[in-house]
Amino acid sequence: MKILVCISNVPDTTTKVKFTEGDSKLDTNGIQWVINPWDELSLTRALELKDDGNTGVKSVSVAHVGLSSSEPTIRKALAIGADDAIRVNADSSDAYFVAAQLAEVVRKEQFDLILCGIESSDYNGSSVGGMLAEFLGIPSISAVSNLKIENGQVVITREVDGGKEVVTTPTPLVAVVQKGIAKEPRIAAMRGIMTARTKPIKLYEPVPVEIMTEYVKYELPKPRAACKFVDAENPKQLIELLQTETKLI
Amino acid sequence: MSVLVYTENWDGKFKKLSFELVSYATRVAEMLNTSCIALSIGNVDDAELKKLGSYGAQKILSVNSDNLKVFDTQNYTEAIAQVAKNNDAKVVVISNNNVGKAVAPRLSVKLKAALAAGVNGLPLSTNPFTVRKRAFSGGAIAHVVLKTDVKIVTLPQNSVDVTETPVNAEVEKISISLPEPKTVVKDVQKQAGKLLLTDAEIVVSGGRGMKSPDNWGPLVELAELLGGATACSRPVSDEGWRPSEEHTGQTGKIIAPNLYIAVGISGATQHIAGVSGSKYIVAINNDKSAPIFEVAQYGIVGDAQKVLPKLVEAVREIKGK
Ligand SMILES: Cc1cc2nc3c(=O)[nH]c(=O)nc-3n(C[C@H](O)[C@H](O)[C@H](O)COP(=O)(O)OP(=O)(O)OC[C@H]3O[C@@H](n4cnc5c(N)ncnc54)[C@H](O)[C@@H]3O)c2cc1C
Repeated sequence: MKILVCISNVPDTTTKVKFTEGDSKLDTNGIQWVINPWDELSLTRALELKDDGNTGVKSVSVAHVGLSSSEPTIRKALAIGADDAIRVNADSSDAYFVAAQLAEVVRKEQFDLILCGIESSDYNGSSVGGMLAEFLGIPSISAVSNLKIENGQVVITREVDGGKEVVTTPTPLVAVVQKGIAKEPRIAAMRGIMTARTKPIKLYEPVPVEIMTEYVKYELPKPRAACKFVDAENPKQLIELLQTETKLI
Repeated sequence: MSVLVYTENWDGKFKKLSFELVSYATRVAEMLNTSCIALSIGNVDDAELKKLGSYGAQKILSVNSDNLKVFDTQNYTEAIAQVAKNNDAKVVVISNNNVGKAVAPRLSVKLKAALAAGVNGLPLSTNPFTVRKRAFSGGAIAHVVLKTDVKIVTLPQNSVDVTETPVNAEVEKISISLPEPKTVVKDVQKQAGKLLLTDAEIVVSGGRGMKSPDNWGPLVELAELLGGATACSRPVSDEGWRPSEEHTGQTGKIIAPNLYIAVGISGATQHIAGVSGSKYIVAINNDKSAPIFEVAQYGIVGDAQKVLPKLVEAVREIKGK
């Protein structure tokens, strides 16, 4: 079994974002770029499955659509343990475009299991995994919180309202993962960082695809009203304020 | 031309979320001078279906098929796509919940329709079709132009008002031929009857400042008295102090209750990313410089173990319990 983990390159999750050019572009000054948290967990799970030895996982690859400036993020994925990487050399502003590029990669390289995160922490699109599966005409399972391989079959736990379902589908398939898929992201060890330098990053040129969405402007969230403090000795006053001012209780 | 809204059901019943979706789709249809059509999949009786008319749906289509019993993303996508095409839908509205997140992107490819996930209110304009949406995990709001003829938007729960605009809606049963689903369900573990965190209008949430899993009694009691649900920060769920489905934040559940009471939670960016849509935030924390107070409208600087029982007592008093 060959696993592909799709990775996105996003601002570190503590970043306080700012914008330039009339609030139309992200100000990338001083931003630390990281692997999207979900993708890092997907990669961790894929490597756990490979390390297990009984799962039949032969290789774990990562794919990324982005310009050469995002290579450090790809190298990091290789340092964590991915066997090889593919980069599609294009700006990744539109989910439909990105998914179409990844579909081309999967068609050429033939993966059995493709992992995507439930969203990227920058554009919060929740789009690429499902789009990729539809481009390929293969099943997708979303809200995946656990993934095992039993007798060559992918067994998935997905979150549903009020509980969980254990499901299977034939491969190839796209699993869109969320909380639970792995506990902590795996950290690159010194040896991994050394070997990452020599691991291959295959370069693909993008196929032409229509751009469907355009981000034209950004606003910062409205600042909330200043906090009203209530004396810790008299918490009852808080309940009274909530009653009279918010009318919610 | 039409605006199509997919309204999920829960064991044959709709809930507030369904009415929010229809109210929203009706407003979008007005902006486009067209009508709102609602689609229901599964076994829902006529009386329940008719309820969607109270919020403006002029036509209610109901599909019921053995091949839609299991939530299979390919079959659901196919069903919604066929209905969208047959009704010349220009905009498709879906919830931004687990089901919407699974289906909307597939539908986007199938219909060649631009998708905006997690929109914030009504479109700013219909030509060009521009919406505001969540970006940078709540750190910003983006204005996005959807450039295709057909558009898909997903709507976060509790982000718009339910508005009654009763119309005499017709209910129509339609059939769609679909293959057997590829998704096979092996096991289901569901807790019946529990208020879902995502549905709760009041949420009481605990963080590491609760100190120990044994201290949750008054917090749970407060939530119960207020008719709300309980939540927690990530370290609390990682430690196993509370069940993982309570984890809120960027990597957990994203919720938008009317009232979010954060107890012993510092207010890290990643936590706020999951609760910044709340109408009011209340913070209880013994450190007055904790960042949670920057996003809270009401606060108490104090020890959670001392404050919580007093809050419980005060709520009991006003509720007469
Ligand atoms: C990629 C990534 C994703 C993440 N995703 C999430 C996420 O989804 N959700 C999430 O919650 N976190 C997430 N985190 C973790 C986040 O950064 C914080 O570490 C976490 O939110 C802190 O949890 P806390 O507020 O419970 O604990 P702490 O930060 O330890 O805060 C405890 C608070 O309790 C107060 N306190 C202590 N004692 C008392 C007392 N007796 N009475 C009252 N107050 C007291 C303290 O003053 C402090 O403010 C993520 C981190 C990363 C890197």
